[in-house]
Amino acid sequence: MALIQGRFIDNIGRVYGIYTGGFVAFIILMAILEQLGVSANTIGILFVAFTIAIYAIIGWLSRTMEVDAYYVAGRQVPAVYNGMATAADWMSGASFVALAGGIYFGGYGYMAFIVGWTGGYVLVNSLMAPYLRKFGCYTVPDFIGTRYGGNLARLCAVIVLVVASFTYVTAQIDATGTIAARALHIPYSYGVWFGLLGILLCSMLGGMRAVTWTQVAQYIVLIVAYLVPVIWMSNAQGFGIIPHFTYGEAATSMAQFETQYGLNAPAEAIRGLSVLTTPHTGPVGDYAEWKFVTLALCMMAGTASLPHILMRYFTTPSVRSARKSVAWSLLFIFLLYFTAPALATLTKLQLLDPNLPTAIIGKPFAEVAALDWIQNWSSVGFLAIADQNADGILQLNEFFMRPDIVVLATPEIAGLPYVISGLVAAGGMAAAMSTADGLLLAIANALSHDLYYKMIDPKADTAVRLIVARVLLLAIGALGALIASLQLTGILGAVAWAFCFACSGLFFPLALGVWWKRANREGAIAGMAAGFIAGSLYLYYVYTGGTPWFGLDHLRFGIVGMAVSLVAMVVVTLLTPAPDEEIQRMVDETRVPTGPTILGSKH
Amino acid sequence: MSTNNADDARDRYWAKTRNLTIVVLALWAFFSLVVPWMTGTLNQYTFIGFPLGFYMIAQGSLIAFVVIIWVQNWRQDAIDDEFGFGDEE
Repeated sequence: MALIQGRFIDNIGRVYGIYTGGFVAFIILMAILEQLGVSANTIGILFVAFTIAIYAIIGWLSRTMEVDAYYVAGRQVPAVYNGMATAADWMSGASFVALAGGIYFGGYGYMAFIVGWTGGYVLVNSLMAPYLRKFGCYTVPDFIGTRYGGNLARLCAVIVLVVASFTYVTAQIDATGTIAARALHIPYSYGVWFGLLGILLCSMLGGMRAVTWTQVAQYIVLIVAYLVPVIWMSNAQGFGIIPHFTYGEAATSMAQFETQYGLNAPAEAIRGLSVLTTPHTGPVGDYAEWKFVTLALCMMAGTASLPHILMRYFTTPSVRSARKSVAWSLLFIFLLYFTAPALATLTKLQLLDPNLPTAIIGKPFAEVAALDWIQNWSSVGFLAIADQNADGILQLNEFFMRPDIVVLATPEIAGLPYVISGLVAAGGMAAAMSTADGLLLAIANALSHDLYYKMIDPKADTAVRLIVARVLLLAIGALGALIASLQLTGILGAVAWAFCFACSGLFFPLALGVWWKRANREGAIAGMAAGFIAGSLYLYYVYTGGTPWFGLDHLRFGIVGMAVSLVAMVVVTLLTPAPDEEIQRMVDETRVPTGPTILGSKH
Repeated sequence: MSTNNADDARDRYWAKTRNLTIVVLALWAFFSLVVPWMTGTLNQYTFIGFPLGFYMIAQGSLIAFVVIIWVQNWRQDAIDDEFGFGDEE
């Protein structure tokens, strides 16, 4: 197996080159089949089934029984590929499916997610990744437990990690279920379990190694699926092949359409669907700027504390390649995030600009009601039009849509062939699966390595440890699917909560662990516990109808959690004795990129 | 004596690393917090056809983050090499 692994690492560029070529050939084949009259449903099924089969094969080929390979992919993932894997790990179903729709309806306020989810990598690169890589840990609680010492600190970190990641993973399983249900025409409750099966095929046998190589494959699928429709649409509208630098005119003209049609609330609201009431380009209302900045801050600090991201940087061969890999990650992530506002703007223009054939606003009501895509999406309840002022014309506030469907419906709105819709479904699936894999692995590894091996049975041998890790993976996945099938929260709310939980409990203990030598165990425990509890209580308070303080609603409770965490950690640290000589030397070692890792390679 | 020299080098290495990090974080705060705060004002100007404020939060700040990380890594590698801490690849 070691021999095959070595050969694979040497040929990695060629392997993924062939894979990308194969995927493009598959898309062309589907396009030909569509022209030959194969039904849209069959094409959708083929897209999802084909891509999942590929991931499963990669998962099978990467199976392993070695601890280092299972937890950190043998620490030999080159920086560029780790960057791609991180990008797939990072961009969830929410980024892929819901982000552009959020900008479409939310405008300025919503773009805090874009700034937050990219700016966070500056924090990862400067405060966390290189130092955690030098430390040589398998999991994030491993760092907390060793740096501060003691099982209580480790346990606190495990609890925060599990709560944050589990909140996140149910949203991802939910997204895979939704897409699988729609593409394969099975009920949602089966779709969730089908999605879970695909997720586990990627991670069960090979742990981090399998997840790494499937995530690279998933990144390629998801970025192709996101860019192709936008580029196609931009060409059709005359904005050129790369719309990103040329859609400025469209963004500027949006203000004119907004005045022309008026941004009014609907005469009669429809549950679960939205009409456009927010201007596209600028802040509006009290606290708009404050809300932007606080949301962005929570997302950025959350990025730097979410274990499934941090642990990706444990897989690189060196400290320098960990840093390099953060830079690649951000570049790959940036490709999607700077496309999302372009997609939102162009889609909106298609519907609003009376000069375009696709426009519907201001058109006769009966004409719009007869359009295929309007009928398709209305029939499943994701879209509605209602002539509420009975003037026979579709007004802007008479067009209702679920924000989540903007990306999925865009190919149909623009009149693109169905093969593009199938591609987008496969991309959404890849995005949700890759994130779910990373999260499930983060949870299962923390429980098996930190809780079971480090705290319950330190004498457990390798085979037992890896079996425990896999059983936990299965159990947590099943629990996640069960909760997802109850559909308690929306995808986006759950994602924002996960970030807030993570930054409330972990941001300062992780950052100060490297940057403040004086920080000690008591302080860290206080920081984790107080931050996490304060954040959770505040969430409960606003979620059950309490008046938010300074506009800090349930998406931004991390601000409260982080503030409490920082104060608690600093105060308690200063009131208790400084850490001993050995710990201080350990921090010194962490700051130097060369030399052996703090923790041995097979701890 | 040699231990003292090594400690001294480490202190200088860490001071340089810390200063670089402070500069990076200041730039980060500017593009992630200050610029979005001023979107309304910046929107009065146009940049390649975009309202400037909108352009910054849709693309400008993102590009700045990418550039910041690449430049930081380039400078950090130089600091590592200067003190002989650049690891082989």
